[in-house]
Amino acid sequence: MDTTTIWIVIAGLGIGSFALRFLFLGVIGNRSLPPWILRHLRYTAVAVIPALVAPMVLWPAATGGQFDAPRMAAAFVTLGVGLATKNVLAAIILGALTLYGGLYIAG
Amino acid sequence: MLPATDNSAFWLGVRSAAPFILVVVPFAMLFGVVATEAGFTVMETFVFSATVVAGAAQFTALQLMQEQAPTFIVLVSALAVNLRLAMYSAALTPHLGAAPFWTRAFVAYLTVDQSYACSVAAYERHPDWDLRTKLIFFFGSCAPVLPLWMLASLTGAMIGEAIPPEFALDFAVPITFLAIIAPMLRTLAHVAAAFVAVMLALSFAWLPFNLGLLVGGLGGMMTGAQVEVLLERRLKPGGRP
Repeated sequence: MDTTTIWIVIAGLGIGSFALRFLFLGVIGNRSLPPWILRHLRYTAVAVIPALVAPMVLWPAATGGQFDAPRMAAAFVTLGVGLATKNVLAAIILGALTLYGGLYIAG
Repeated sequence: MLPATDNSAFWLGVRSAAPFILVVVPFAMLFGVVATEAGFTVMETFVFSATVVAGAAQFTALQLMQEQAPTFIVLVSALAVNLRLAMYSAALTPHLGAAPFWTRAFVAYLTVDQSYACSVAAYERHPDWDLRTKLIFFFGSCAPVLPLWMLASLTGAMIGEAIPPEFALDFAVPITFLAIIAPMLRTLAHVAAAFVAVMLALSFAWLPFNLGLLVGGLGGMMTGAQVEVLLERRLKPGGRP
């Protein structure tokens, strides 16, 4: 990764993120937004992040895009623990343990 | 209860956000480690965490940069992950909108998942708080989380290069994201949004420039919004269509 690209991303993301945070507090003030926009904004994280993760789980870069059972198992354990406990840290820890256990068994 | 002094409002904020330290510190260290693995210098990693202050978006950018995605796609995708910050800004505006310009700018910079969640919950519990008390509580809720976010990123970046490939850190990002998303799948609309987003992202993975991610993200958002409308109509049949 070249240095110029890195700094462009840092600057662009820094300015863009601040703009999103300042949008209402600073610019729009107390005027309210149409409900349909707010309704879509509510689902950005639960849509974009799974869309990003799914190909990484199914076709991991570390195995050259080949399906990998330990990684798939780790993904399901993380999701399951997260759903059941609502505890982010517990899900990360158990997911990582599953991954290491799976990689150990797979040799 | 109305805090007797500014000091107690600040400490109320600190206490409400303190449990998040357990999540933020390992998450930030992980970001530092993964960023240096991806080729960021320690300095670049620290500045990234200090200016963007949004872990999920930072991880998204990192992942796409490693996949050699065009810079424009990196920015659009990572900012899409951050669209929720606009929602937080909208939620804080009725409470803090009357503050002076530079104070609002500072609040905006410090608006993250944790400070937003703690503050809005506290403002709803204490409708009698004035602007000053609300602001002091907000800054209190930032105090345990944000300095540690930056410091732990820096620490992670410094130890990052020492971690060998057997630790399979390539999979740290998917695991972290899944762990963050799972507790957010609270309603049928959230689950539907995530499911459709995954299906679309996989079906359109062949598109160039990682456009499959944007197709999945947009499709998921529209699905979530649509399911929410349908469920509301069902719950109140006499209501507005």
